[in-house]
Parts: sequence; C-alpha cells; structure tokens
Amino acid sequence: MADMLTVRVNGVVMCVPPGFTVLAALDRAGTRTCRTSVTGEPRGALCGMGICQECRVTIDGRSHERSCMTLCQDGMEIVTGD
Amino acid sequence: MADADVIVVGAGIIGAACAYFLTQAGARVVIVDPTAPGTVCTAACMGHLVVMDDSEAQFALTAYSCRLWTDLAARLPRPAEYEPRGTLWVASTREEMAIAEAKSAFYRARGVEAHVVTQGEMAALEPALDSSLPGGLWVPGDSVLYATNAARWLLDQSGTTVLREEVVAMGGGRATLDDGRDLEASVIVNAAGAAAPALTTGLPIEPRKGHLAITDRYPGVLTRQTLELGYLASAHGQATESVAFNIQPRATGQMLIGSSREFVGFAPGVNRAIVGKMLERAQRFVPCARDWHVIRIWTGFRPCTPDNLPLIGPAPGDATVWIAAGHEGLGITTSLATGRLLADRWAARDSAIDPVPFAVDRVAAGAHG
Repeated sequence: MADMLTVRVNGVVMCVPPGFTVLAALDRAGTRTCRTSVTGEPRGALCGMGICQECRVTIDGRSHERSCMTLCQDGMEIVTGD
Repeated sequence: MADADVIVVGAGIIGAACAYFLTQAGARVVIVDPTAPGTVCTAACMGHLVVMDDSEAQFALTAYSCRLWTDLAARLPRPAEYEPRGTLWVASTREEMAIAEAKSAFYRARGVEAHVVTQGEMAALEPALDSSLPGGLWVPGDSVLYATNAARWLLDQSGTTVLREEVVAMGGGRATLDDGRDLEASVIVNAAGAAAPALTTGLPIEPRKGHLAITDRYPGVLTRQTLELGYLASAHGQATESVAFNIQPRATGQMLIGSSREFVGFAPGVNRAIVGKMLERAQRFVPCARDWHVIRIWTGFRPCTPDNLPLIGPAPGDATVWIAAGHEGLGITTSLATGRLLADRWAARDSAIDPVPFAVDRVAAGAHG
C-alpha cells in the first residue's frame, strides 16, 4: 500500500495506515506500557480520549505527549516507558 | 494547672520549628491549628533554603538558619526531599553582572562560598538556560526541601500534641478557642502567618499573594535552583504586582515554577494574567520551558512586613504573647532560627545571633508603602 506511514516504536520499525493514532500503533506493536509513574509503576492508556493523561509517551523527543490524541506521521519516533 | 508551658498557634513550618526547639529547651508545648500541619502557607512555598544578602539582619538570620538546616540534614526523612542543589542567580542584562559581583563580594566577606560565572561557564552549568544570558552568581551551599513534610517531621520529633481547634483570641496567658474554651499557658506564640494580625492587633503584616506552578517530569533539564538576580527587586520592593523568574528542579524531575507577588487581600483564586507573565518570564530564561506541561497551579499568602524582616519576640503590651510571624517569602529558610530564638528566650540563654532587628515593636502597623 503506497500510502502507509512508517513509524518507529522503541526503535522497531512498523507500518501503519494514515489516521492511526500513536496509541493504536502502540497497540499494534503489542506495547501496553506507555509511561512509568512517579513511584516507578507501569502506566497505560485508560480513557483513550485525552482526559486521563495515562497514555503519555515521548514523540520525536517531546516528552509527555498523549498517544491517544496524536496521529502518526511518517518517520515519527515513539518512545515509551519514560 | 496550666494546659501547657507554651501554646503555639499555627502548625505551619514556623510553629513546627518553635515546637521543635521549645520542647528541646524543656517546655511542655501544645500546638493549636484547625488545618492539617504544613498545608496552608507552608504548602505554597518553594522550600528554597537560601542565604540572603539584602540586609545584615536578613543575612544573619538566613545564614544561621541554613546552618541549622545543614545540621539537621542527615536526620531528615526521605519524604522531606532535602537536596543540596545550590542557587544559580542569573543576570538578565550586562548591567546586572555588577549585582552579581557585589553579591559575591558580600557573601565571600562573610564566609559564604560564591562564584561569579561568565556566560560560557553558566551555559556549562545549566545548558537549558538561554545561551545569550550574560552570566550570574553560583552559590553552592544553598539547598531545597519539601516544606510540608519537613514541618510534619519537626512536629513528630517534638512529640507535641496538635489540637485541631481554632484559636479566636489570645492574651493574658490564655488562648481562647472558637467554642469559648480557654487554654492556659505562660506563653502563647502567635505563629499564624498572614492570619497573625487577626489574633494580635497592630501587627504590621499584610498578605502578599503568590502563585506556584508545577510541571510534568523533565529530569535533568535543570539541576540547580535557578532564579534571576532581579528577584530581589521583585521580592523586596513593595510594588503592587511583580513577577520574577525562579525555577526549582524537584527530586521527582518535576519543575516548580515561581514567582509572583500581589497585594490583593486574601483572594485565593488563580490570576491567569499574572500566571501568564510568570511563565513567560520563565520561558525567557529557559526557552525549552515552552514545551513543558504545567499540571497544577496554586496560590498562597506570604506574611509580609514593611521592612521584609520577620517579627520574632514578645508582643508590645503583653509579655505572655510572643510573635513568630511575618517571614514573607523566607519562612522555610528562617523557620529554624526563629524557633531557636524563641527557645533561647524561653530558656533565658544567649542566642547565636542578635534578636533585636526582629523585635516586634520596631515597625508600626500601616507602614506598608
């Protein structure tokens, strides 16, 4: 498919269709942990609609971006666990 | 029989420090406060333990207090988040480098380590600062802590009974509660912060509102308490409204951002306009702050005196009422020295510093410019 986007999730290359959220890409990659809480516990998406802040990841070097509210862009670098 | 030797009204960091040192001096102490310890003014402080140079008296009080904090440091529990981060005072203009030089000379003449840093040296110390800033002053001996937890620890250590009651009047060896009961003691300490004048008429203390903002975690972006040299002009003027750049990196990696000052009475709401100015000021010094997510903004009321020094000692006209209030923006730093000065008075022993500059009757109410 010519219009697929290429993103990297924790260094692993994957292809997703346009309109995919970063959270959807993480789900496809099998990554459930988005970030680490202040006390060191894993945190993952809860509400999926921008409210709960639990799905934050680092996108192209910007920390604390909400993966559920961000659409994948070609070449995007996504890092989880921060 | 009296209910205690000393009743301390106010369970903020000042009241906690008074309880800590008074019990050490042998006094039986009861603290009275309707709110949980350390949750009012104390919770709206940055917790920057800083030696200040704006007057000899302020220097003596802050330097002595910082020594007392250093002595306690090894015993403070982990939740107090004591960290020896030092202070980086940043010049915003070439002209302000002269302030850095003068400040450095003042500190060094009094045995406080201080280093004027050039533009390049400052960029190496804190790469997140705007690289066009001309330099500043690095004071490595200062520290930070989480004030609410430090206050609670001081109270715990003192073993003091904390009564969750409201005192509505004090004098003549009595503190009167809102249900009409009287508590009796030799001394009542008014440590009620900005609310102190409601209990002791004539105290020249006015609430000076401040805002704090805290961000998500950005660990390592800054490592020192970093503030502008112009902070003193903001803090020690009596202007109706001012902001100054001041950021404290917390142990969690969060950034605590200040500061604002307003004389607007006790209006606790967030003033979005002044918060905007405060955050713009922060972004001017630390450009990457534009990308930070602020997760909470809150306010508090500094107990401000006309000469920016606290009131520590007996109230005029009633030897049973002692005042420990009016610490403005330095209450966390100066809490320990305040407690020691009153404990020394209780024990009739000499103090390490001269208490006279903090005498309550030195300034009259209504002297605020």
